[in-house]
Amino acid sequence: MTAPVPAASSAAESVDQALYEVRRKIHPRAVTGRFAWWRWFFVWATQLVFYGLPWLPWNDRQAVLFDLAHRKFYILGLVFWPQDIVYLTVLLIISAFSLFLFTAVAGRLWCGYACPQTVYTEIFLWIEKLIEGDRQKRMKLDQAPLSARKAGLKAAKHGAWIAVALWTGFTFVGYFTPIRTLAAEVPALGLGPWETFWVLFYGFATYGNAGWMREQVCKYMCPYARFQSVMFDHDTLVITYDARRGEQRGARARKADYRAKGLGDCVDCGICVQVCPTGIDIRDGLQYECIGCAACIDGCNQVMDKMGYPRGLIRYASDNALKEGLSFAGMLRRVLRPRVLVYTAILWTIILAAGFALVERVPVKVDVIRDRVTSRPDSEWAENVYRLQIMNTSETPRRFVISAGGLPGLAIEGGEPEVEIGPASSRMVPVRLGVPRANARPGANPVAFTVSTLGDAAPIVVTEKASFIVQDKP
Amino acid sequence: MSDFTNGFWSWYVGVASVASIAACALLLWAMSSQRVPGQKTETMGHVWDEDLAEYNNPLPNWWRWMFYLTIAFSIAYLALYPGLGRFAGAFQWSAQAQYEGEQAKAAESYGPLFAKYAAMEIPAVAADPQAREIGQRLYLNYCSQCHASDARGGKGFPNLADADWLYGGDPATIEATITAGRNGMMPPFGQILGEEGVKNAAGYVLSLSGANHDAAAAASGKATFTTYCAACHGPAGKGNPAFGAPNLTDNAWLYGGSEATIAETIRLGRNNHMPAWGEFLGKEKTRVLASYVWGLSNRP
Repeated sequence: MTAPVPAASSAAESVDQALYEVRRKIHPRAVTGRFAWWRWFFVWATQLVFYGLPWLPWNDRQAVLFDLAHRKFYILGLVFWPQDIVYLTVLLIISAFSLFLFTAVAGRLWCGYACPQTVYTEIFLWIEKLIEGDRQKRMKLDQAPLSARKAGLKAAKHGAWIAVALWTGFTFVGYFTPIRTLAAEVPALGLGPWETFWVLFYGFATYGNAGWMREQVCKYMCPYARFQSVMFDHDTLVITYDARRGEQRGARARKADYRAKGLGDCVDCGICVQVCPTGIDIRDGLQYECIGCAACIDGCNQVMDKMGYPRGLIRYASDNALKEGLSFAGMLRRVLRPRVLVYTAILWTIILAAGFALVERVPVKVDVIRDRVTSRPDSEWAENVYRLQIMNTSETPRRFVISAGGLPGLAIEGGEPEVEIGPASSRMVPVRLGVPRANARPGANPVAFTVSTLGDAAPIVVTEKASFIVQDKP
Repeated sequence: MSDFTNGFWSWYVGVASVASIAACALLLWAMSSQRVPGQKTETMGHVWDEDLAEYNNPLPNWWRWMFYLTIAFSIAYLALYPGLGRFAGAFQWSAQAQYEGEQAKAAESYGPLFAKYAAMEIPAVAADPQAREIGQRLYLNYCSQCHASDARGGKGFPNLADADWLYGGDPATIEATITAGRNGMMPPFGQILGEEGVKNAAGYVLSLSGANHDAAAAASGKATFTTYCAACHGPAGKGNPAFGAPNLTDNAWLYGGSEATIAETIRLGRNNHMPAWGEFLGKEKTRVLASYVWGLSNRP
């Protein structure tokens, strides 16, 4: 409820605080270890596919090509038409449920390992480290006054970033325009205006997001961070600092009996903060900024090894596991809980249904449109004219025969037509159906066209329903 | 051409647009207070739910600059494109000119193709597979609503795929029919002949094509036919393509060949109209379309 308060009293309660958080530039320290290995594995796996796929030939065309101009979408041996949009929908549903499932089991696996924002940031960080050096050197360089050396390093870094970004933009456009044609056009500066725009736009987005924006994309732009909490529960594996084991944190000599001093295993070296790409301290607990990259686990494990302490002060662990002191095996048993089982069941149902639909998909589509003209003047014989749009979505020419049924004595005038339709093209065939007027009732009568292929060992048969209209009076 | 009926409205729109932009800019400028470091931010002076207050903070800079950008955009837009009343803008852009440009571009790319067909005889065009495809598309767009997608017509709409023609089926005549259209008219004879006379005439007409008929009626209808019908349909009922009088002996009926329908035709007459397409389609497309229609009954 609104409670009006005299202005004088509230005006006194004024504040002075910053309107926006000022961004601190983050210089993540490079790290090696088990999870870094996996992150690099996914960098290679996703990028080999992304950069390599457009170059893969298939018979005499590009294996994966989304030909927007001709509205044909080639994926290996399959040709999708705009009518197949349902497969795209299913693909998106599968992606969404996979995300839900992975998140419920082990948090932000997608963010930490496979998201393009993570992958390209990883690549850009690698370039940065190669040119400017690791964390300490980079921080020193940024603070140093402008010199020829600094300008040279910065120019080299941005040059390399822009090269990678442009190659990424070029590859992206290569999914929509045959990439070999595109490659031939680039040296001659022969790219079309839209191709140029998209190469530059996608390149700019890559350069800007992976080079400059980095963790801000995850923190402020990506909605996933904000709704991940509804997919988490107390048995979800998240990257956790074991406070019970780590506290009281503090520096100590390697040989010292730290327990006697009341210290925990955390030596407070700050490595976990230095390696964090979003600049948080994982020891503060689960935070929405944490993208689950596990760099802090690798960093901490190295320190634990040096100190001779057991690994896993920071580790994948669930809330319940920490509270109840579950073993790793005990934690894994908790994975099979209703939420995960339901996600898995739904996911597999959709995947199997989509797979079945893809296998059963026939390369022929038929649309029937009835003409407005209903009859020629002959009182004993009712007629309807139809346009059959027959689409051959396969990449070989096919012959078709058209037949019709559904009413006694229904016949196609001039006999059942045979048509030849070229690869991945369509043809309109006009068909006039006739039936003895006595065999059909006035109004709409259901009939069906059957289009079958000729010359196939197992002919493809497509049936399409239509209405046959009979007027009350001839 | 101006869309304004009166010069006043041009000024009204122009002044209102400029004043609105100026007012927006002024408002924005007036609201662009900046934070002074160290100075406290006032609240708006109202409180909800005991402790929810609203700070009177300045507009975010990125937001303010975006607003300034939209103002700059609107000024640039109005300077370049039509929008300020009658002012045509520096680019002199108009929808009409853009349409004409696109038409010219289409004519440039398709012109040579159509010009090639325009220079060919109709039977040669009809034999060209590409011309047939173009012709079919033209036919489906402009003709199929009446003559049906398979060109076999319907009641009152002639069948174009048989060899039976009202006005003649040679290439030149088909082209003339499409170009100038046709008006078919048969006058009503119900009042002149009376119901008995109509029935007899219908009987005679049926006999011409050898259909089942009342021999007595046909015999008495012959005189009526010679007096009233032969002028157009000819003494033998063979019709006259000069003005589209149908041949009554070939058992092809535009409106129906039953006794009742024929009697209705005689009693009430018929009016039929095919629109002229010459001006709309132009000579070259008409040539391709005529070739397609001719080809329907003259398959190579």
